[in-house]
Amino acid sequence: MSQTKPTDVFLLEAEDLLSVIEQGALDIAQDMTDSDCINRLFRAFHTIKGSGAMFGFDEVAAFTHNVETVLDEVRSGKISFTPTLIELILASKDHIKNILAEDADKKTGETLTSELALILGTTQTQPSPSQEAKETPAQKESGPKSYQIYFKPSPDIAAHGLEPASLLDELRDLGACRIAIDLDELPKLDELQAESCHLAWNIELETEQGIDAIKDVFIFVEDESTIRIVQSDTPQSSAANQNNDSAEAAPKQPAKASPKKSGVPQSNVRVPSEKLDRLVNLVGELVMNQSRLSQISTSIDSTELDTPVEEIERLVSELRDSVLGIRMMPIGSTFGRFRRLVFDLSSELGKEVELITEGEETELDKTVLDQLGDPLVHLIRNSLDHGIESPETRAAQGKSPRGTLRMSASHEGSQVVVKIEDDGQGMDPNKILEKAIEKGVVPPDANLSEREIFNLIFHAGFSTAQQVTNVSGRGVGMDVVKRQLESLRGSIQISSKQGAGTTVSLTLPLTLAIIDGQLVEIGGDRYIMPMSAITENVEITADERTTQNGRNLITVRGDLVPYIRLRELFEYTDAAPPIEKVVIVKHNGERIGFVVDRVLGSHQTVIQSLGKFYKEIRVVSGSTIMGDGKVALILDVAGLIADDANRFKLAATV
Amino acid sequence: MTDNREEPKQFITFRLGDELFAINVSQVREVLELSEITKVPTAPDFMKGVVNVRGTAIPVVDLRQKFGLPSVENTVNSRILVLELELDGEECILGGIADSVHEVIELDQESVSPPPSIAMRWRSEFIQGMGKHRDQFVILLDIDAVFSSEELALVEPNSSPTTTSES
Repeated sequence: MSQTKPTDVFLLEAEDLLSVIEQGALDIAQDMTDSDCINRLFRAFHTIKGSGAMFGFDEVAAFTHNVETVLDEVRSGKISFTPTLIELILASKDHIKNILAEDADKKTGETLTSELALILGTTQTQPSPSQEAKETPAQKESGPKSYQIYFKPSPDIAAHGLEPASLLDELRDLGACRIAIDLDELPKLDELQAESCHLAWNIELETEQGIDAIKDVFIFVEDESTIRIVQSDTPQSSAANQNNDSAEAAPKQPAKASPKKSGVPQSNVRVPSEKLDRLVNLVGELVMNQSRLSQISTSIDSTELDTPVEEIERLVSELRDSVLGIRMMPIGSTFGRFRRLVFDLSSELGKEVELITEGEETELDKTVLDQLGDPLVHLIRNSLDHGIESPETRAAQGKSPRGTLRMSASHEGSQVVVKIEDDGQGMDPNKILEKAIEKGVVPPDANLSEREIFNLIFHAGFSTAQQVTNVSGRGVGMDVVKRQLESLRGSIQISSKQGAGTTVSLTLPLTLAIIDGQLVEIGGDRYIMPMSAITENVEITADERTTQNGRNLITVRGDLVPYIRLRELFEYTDAAPPIEKVVIVKHNGERIGFVVDRVLGSHQTVIQSLGKFYKEIRVVSGSTIMGDGKVALILDVAGLIADDANRFKLAATV
Repeated sequence: MTDNREEPKQFITFRLGDELFAINVSQVREVLELSEITKVPTAPDFMKGVVNVRGTAIPVVDLRQKFGLPSVENTVNSRILVLELELDGEECILGGIADSVHEVIELDQESVSPPPSIAMRWRSEFIQGMGKHRDQFVILLDIDAVFSSEELALVEPNSSPTTTSES
């Protein structure tokens, strides 16, 4: 692995900060007076500016400076937040992102800069009443004040690349300064850690600058360090109401230190995902070899061997679980990304939408999460565009003018269900059916249940933009969404009530690396079917294999269920056993059977991709190495059905 | 097609029918004896399936069929050449079944000539050059190009059945 470049570190850091900015701006949109949030925003911009300049991203630094100036005014209460400002901040964030990606449009930057300047300009010409109450760095009207500052940096401050002495120098620049060192914490010489900072300082500072200027000195260290800033009672300045400021600042500062960083866990290690992938692969190999070892030890049957083999089995399974656990990430970060989407879309469409997210802590494999983004964007767009009505329409129907979009995630067994619910107009099954018949997706005399009708929108032939706006609006590329989910071994269900809203449920596996499967045998070859889809296994004898109207059907507890004989699909020519097994699978709410020779039992296994060469093969989604070293293929239910339908079609046309 | 790729001079030779081919050693990871191949259902015939190479399932193709030669039964001499390919900028591991694998030979630049454009049974875009080793012609394959192509046969569609035996 190559050494990480410092600029890469900055880019990663900037990415984090930009998302802090986005979340912060959206939080402020909810509560414009949230001072914590304003501070968080300011700090994020400040850090981007500082580190940007340090790593040579001068354009970023220069542009960010403008935003920072405006935010500083907000922080000091001179400007209050407006929706326009929030949009400006979001746009600035996008612009910074573009600059970093070397994809920026100079004009956008200039427009933003001038708009930001405009906001500054208006406030400077119209001083708000609050301005006089609070003193700001920009406005040093009052005389020098004195502050008592206690500064105790965290022991590992040096490891963060900061030097206390330089901070003290900065304080000296603010005004006359008396610094006294506090050696109370200094350990005995033999316990002294040379790299740690054991010192604290008591500082008396007389300055004409405000308390914010002092806080700015400590801006990079305030989370880890203990900082108390108290304005002394020395009545050097005239303004009495300044006491408010200090009284407010004093208790706040130390209290803030811990909860401020609540979003970021204490110590994290950033690891490139390739390294993790390698680890997962190695553990996968270990699991396979361990099961071979167990098999061999069973055949040798030695008590001496059994104990260590069992111990290894336990260790390996623990190792596997914890390694896979590393890849698990809470879905909250993915949800967070959509706040912006909902914010932008709803203002664009002139709708009022509240986004509610639930179950953010639900964990999913990173690979799944990464690939979940696109389908979710699609579904949210659909909901906002076509589901939720305009405020007027909603009011006319007696609904609250503000629509609700609810995204939730929860565990259901070994799967995760992600739901996107809206309280919009819902879908009209009659209109969908009408359109489907018109498009020739279903025959005119089709008698379909409501669920079957809703499933029609996943039909590839159903989805082009115009038809969809005529129908209640869903279906733009829904077939694509469905395919993306199937490639993640997930599924999608839709339910809708006209006038009341639509719910889309996505069912996803926890991880892509391991599959819980059922081992089956066909003609001596072993295959694995994903357990999540299987509902039951039944037997079928040669006599029972009746073919009705060219379709294979079996009676399962009174219902006729279609089945596919994998023997035929896979073109095995040897004789089938007299009694075969049918694995009944639920696919898109329908039951379908797969006929195999034998069912060998359940099998949890590590999935290996078959790679580029077999990407065209739909019936198989991957492979795994069995205990005896042979390769078993993992069957793909959706692919099997599609392939069978294709063969059926081909046979019909010949 | 790639005269400039001649710095590594070691090649591994293998035989398909009566033709001797060579692949740059840097693209051959290892040579294996035939082990049990798991067939992948519904895959085209030349894609023989997957084998377990130390815990990794590797796809295996029949080089004969890929090259448009008639398929034969595997013999004790049949080998799997585990190849490292680059397809569309992606590294790819693939096993190819050859009738037999011979030796590693060294060819210097003088003994390699560009592929003749006429009287060739093999399509020139898949061939780096012709080498001569112990008075025998060796076809140096551009194995990336071979597997980047969707097409099955390496044989020129309108070539005469005569081989390029000009020795």
